[in-house]
This record gives sequence, structure tokens and C-alpha cells, in this order.
Amino acid sequence: MEPKTLFDKIWDSHVVQSVEKGPDILYIDQHFIHEVTSPQAFNGLRKRGIPVFRPERTLATADHNIPTKDQDKPIRNELSRNQVDRLTENCRDFGIEYFGLNHPSNGIVHVIGPELGYTRPGMTIVCGDSHTSTHGAFGAVAFGIGTSEVEMVLATQCILQPKPGKMRISVNGKLGKGVTAKDVIMYIISQISTGGATGYFVEYAGSVIRDLSMEGRMTVCNMSIEMGARGGLIAPDNKTMNYLKDLPSFPLGFDWEALLTQWNSFKSDPGAVFDRELQFDGSLIRPMITYGTNPGMGMAIDDSIPEIGDIKAEDAPSFLKLLDYMGFKPGMKLLGHPVDYVFVGSCTNGRIEDLREFARIVKGRKKAPGVTALIVPGSKAVEKQAISEGINNILQKAGFELRQPGCSSCLAMNEDKIPPGKYAVSTTNRNFEGRQGPGSRTLLASPLVAAAAAITGKLSDPREFIR
Amino acid sequence: MSKEKFTLLESTCVPLPFENIDTDQIIPARFLSATSREGFGENLFRDWRYDKSGNKNMEFVMNNPLFGGKILIAGKNFGSGSSREHAVWAIYDYGFRAVVSSFFADIFRNNALNNGLLPVVVPEKFLDKLMDLVSNDPSQKVSIDLENQVISIIPGGDSVQFEINPHKKECLLKGLDDIDYLLSRKDQIIAFETAKTAKDED
Ligand code: SF4
Repeated sequence: MEPKTLFDKIWDSHVVQSVEKGPDILYIDQHFIHEVTSPQAFNGLRKRGIPVFRPERTLATADHNIPTKDQDKPIRNELSRNQVDRLTENCRDFGIEYFGLNHPSNGIVHVIGPELGYTRPGMTIVCGDSHTSTHGAFGAVAFGIGTSEVEMVLATQCILQPKPGKMRISVNGKLGKGVTAKDVIMYIISQISTGGATGYFVEYAGSVIRDLSMEGRMTVCNMSIEMGARGGLIAPDNKTMNYLKDLPSFPLGFDWEALLTQWNSFKSDPGAVFDRELQFDGSLIRPMITYGTNPGMGMAIDDSIPEIGDIKAEDAPSFLKLLDYMGFKPGMKLLGHPVDYVFVGSCTNGRIEDLREFARIVKGRKKAPGVTALIVPGSKAVEKQAISEGINNILQKAGFELRQPGCSSCLAMNEDKIPPGKYAVSTTNRNFEGRQGPGSRTLLASPLVAAAAAITGKLSDPREFIR
Repeated sequence: MSKEKFTLLESTCVPLPFENIDTDQIIPARFLSATSREGFGENLFRDWRYDKSGNKNMEFVMNNPLFGGKILIAGKNFGSGSSREHAVWAIYDYGFRAVVSSFFADIFRNNALNNGLLPVVVPEKFLDKLMDLVSNDPSQKVSIDLENQVISIIPGGDSVQFEINPHKKECLLKGLDDIDYLLSRKDQIIAFETAKTAKDED
């Protein structure tokens, strides 16, 4: 038999039919929905007068526009409240399981899927959200879709998709002190640019990836979309199975035995052919920071912004325009640059391990007086865990406050906005113009870099603060 | 449900000579709270069209009365970022029917095709030329012939072929809808499920 990639194995076993000269009809095992990209899809079903085909395969949460304070009170913003109410209604009317506000399982869709055991090796997973790639950390084919496709899945449990190309990115060697999964993926994106993997589905491999925790692997897969990839995945191993085994909750009817007999086949065969292969040396990676307005504009925290001479002539005007938005100049060093806000959270770095990392540095120190910090857990479960581990206490003593879970300042649909012109070190995934509020200036980084900035009030090298 | 058919489009264009225009620029997140598909055009490129106090930024091309039309011409890597279909709804609602660039982000392209907005991928050289011509002469027209997959600068200018998935092309030409298509395959989907369950239980 011809050797196959892991991606091919999963994809091919989910093709219901291939449309002649067209896309595949792909069967979806697990569908996640949230309040922002689903209402128009439900409207579509109502217009057509059809039910949800397999309601047990869709799970809903409210995460994008909810406040991170006073979640037990009605949402103040009328439009946001309306959107969450509509989701509640739609789930009730169409028989979909829903972890709404204040439900103990509520949280960011890409945080709760894995922690509740909905995300498992070998599955096809979609959600109306580009960071669905996160779930690939478990060896699943997971990717973001648009609202028309959400409607397709609700109506038929399938979508029409052209099969993407295959890319493998191997990171070997060993990571240095203070270098995290976030730095690994930011480094890769800075090397291949925001469009560098467009049209491909990426498999991550190599010793650095193997050595990452499941949380770290989720962080890497999460940002696959920031280099244009359709998704990213990592072959499951013992670590994956141990993570799953220890989960307190699995969806009803989950068949652990069946998974155990299958999971060993979930890897790319030796000799399987990828359309593109890239190799990186993990020992070269340092803690990263972005200096521009797309995630490809990243550098090591102790580096300088490129000089104008290092930029291709035709790209120079837009390079200068982006730097101008950030208030930076070519050739500038960013270490020591003042920071106004620090945001720790999101589906990239809002898991328990991220809060532990942040707490590791701020423990016994104090928040810098000029800094406003937002520490937002990715889910109710993460919030609970942080409290039970005493992280909440460490944060409080250092002058920080743990908020309630949600997407929050990652896309600033709620009140948690960064004001115009202010600098925010953010553990999120996008530094687009205005992403964290109109005029906001985002510097993407790991929780360690965020912690170092939070206690010093300026961009600082976290390696100096690791005990 | 049938949709508006896309056949031949001939129009003036609006040039946006920037690369990596992401979906947060096309429609900022704070305008995503609506629950219908309509009305997003009003906030298309909101933070470029209006300044902080809500006044029109007269330097932005969409506020220049000389420019208009149904074709948007944009720099490389258009539509990267979030999966929000609202970006496509906003562009369509504003009145555009095609976007021309040298490179599109995957999800954006799928979303566009699912909503009757044609993403036209052209070589970078052609894009540069088109961008120049249109920026210098707002009355410059372009025609997009989907049937023959040709985009031309008219009158008498260059033209190039563009690629489109044959299935998607047929959907656009006939105004067909993928959900209708999938619904018509229900039997196959159920058969697939049955076979898969049997296999998983082996
Ligand atoms: S945390 Fe940010 S990136 Fe993740 S789902 Fe929410 S808005 Fe999207």
C-alpha cells in the first residue's frame, strides 16, 4: 500500500463522495458553534424549514462577546445580549447541547472542546472560527469555516471542501530557557510570513514538538492559520492518550476502547510524501515579540526591527505605514519600550499551563504601577483550577486580578478594549490594526514575556526573571 | 435556495493598493453583533473610511466620489485572518461583485464563492498594471467573463485567464447553492454514516 500522511488518512476516511472536478463531500465528526458566526446559519435552516440533521454532533458555547466581569448579571451591551440570547434560543429549538454563560463547562470554544474530551484523535472537526486548528494538537483534522458552511454542517453534517496540499514542518533540537511553544510558532511564522502556508494543511513534527505538553501543542496548532494554513496537526502519542485518559469528563457514549485500538495507526507512514517540507532548528529560537500589524512581523525580543534597507523596495511603503501605526521606526530595539496593557488569555494562551507560567514570574513581585493587566482564563474549568492551585492568590498578592472566562480583549467585542495608541503585550494570536480596539497597538508574545512586561512596565527579557 | 447568477461583469473599479488586508480591516469585530446577513456594507473598512471622531477620511479611496464600481482591486494576500463571513457580506452588501488580487486567504475565498462574490486571482504583474491604470483613471473599466474565465482591461487592453474550481463556477453561473446540493445527497450521507459506525465497531 502506498504510504499515506496522517492528514490523508483522516481526510480520506471521511469523504462521503467526491464531486466530479470539484470538492469532496467531507463528513464532520464534531461541530462547535458560538454566538457570533452561527445566527445567520440558523436563520437559513428556518427559511428552508429543515431541522439540524445530527444535533448530537454539535456543541455550543458563548465566548466571543461576553463580559469578563459580573457574568451572573444580564449582559449590559444590548447587541451582545441579543446575540447570546439568540444562541440560547437556537440551541433549545434545534436540540443542541449548550454551555452558556455561568455553566460550569463554559469557556472559549477551542479551550473547552479538548478539556471536555470532545476533541479526539482521528476526527474531523470544524467551527465557524479560524482557530479551530487548535484541535489538531490531538491528531484531528480541524479547521475553521464560514457561516454558509456552518449551515451546511447543521443541515447535513457535511461540507463541500477542496482537499488542501500537505506540508510538514519539523522542529528539531532543544528549546532554551524561557522559550515556549508560543515562541516556536511565532518564530516559524516570522520565517515563512502570513501567507507562507496558504493552501496547505500542516503536520508538525520533530523533537521540539514531541517534547511539548498538550497545552503547548495546542498553542502551536492554534496559530497555524496565522501563516495561512488551512489547519495544523500533530500525530497523537502517549502524551496525547494520557491527557485524554485523565480527563474527568467525556461526552456520553464515548468509546475509549475503540480509540485505544485505533490510535496507533494515526501517524504518517514512513515515506509518505508531502507537497512541501520545512525544517527548523529549535535551539535557535529565542523569546519572541511582534513589532508590526501582522503575525509574520515577529523577532526575538532582544533583536532590532529590520532596517529599511533590509526590506524589498516594493514592500517599503507598506512596511513604513505599519511601523507608523505602531509608533516604531526601522532599526529600533524594543527592549525597554514602555508597555501600557498586558493581556493574558485567549485560545492561544488561556489554558492552565499559561497561567502557571505567568504566575511563575510574577510570584513574589509586584505589577508595575503604570500597567493595566487583564488576566482572563480560557474556561470555567481553567478558572477553577487556577483558584484551587493557588494561582489566584499569587496573582492577587502581585496586584493582578483573575477575570471570568471568554475571548475578551483578544478581539475586543466586549468592554475589554485597549485604548487608541496604547501598547498591549498580548498572549493572543493577532496583532492586526484595531484588533484589540480601534487604534490599539498589539505586541504578541508568550505568557512569560507578558509577565516580564507586567512587572517592569516595559518590554523585558523574561529569561532574566526565571528563577 | 437559488442565488443571484454571476455571468458577465463590466464595471469601473475601486483600487486598494495594500497587501495583507485582513478581515479585521474589512469589518472590525465590534460590528459583528448583528444576527442577520444584511447591512454590513455600512461598516465595510470602517476604520479606514472614518476617523476616530466618526468623520469621513477624505483621503480614503472609498470616500472619493470619482471612484466607484462593482470590482474591488486589492494587494496580495487579501482576506487573511478570521473566518468571519461578515467580511464577504460587507463587501457584497456595499455593492461589489468581484475582488481581484494576486492571492487570497483560503477561508475568505471559500466564503466569497459561497456568497456569489467572485475572487479573481491574477498574476502579480497584471495586478500591478491594473492597480496603476485604475488608480490614475477612475473611469477605467474592466470586464470579467466567468464563462470563459477571462478578465480584461477595456477597451482594447490586456486580458488574462483566471482559475476557478469547475463546481464553483457552475454554482455561480447558475445561481446554485451548495446546501441544496448537499441536501440532495442525504441518502449517500446516511449510507456513509452506517458504514462508518460498522467499521468503528470492528
Ligand atoms: S480567543 Fe480570540 S482567537 Fe480564540 S476564538 Fe476567541 S476571539 Fe477567536
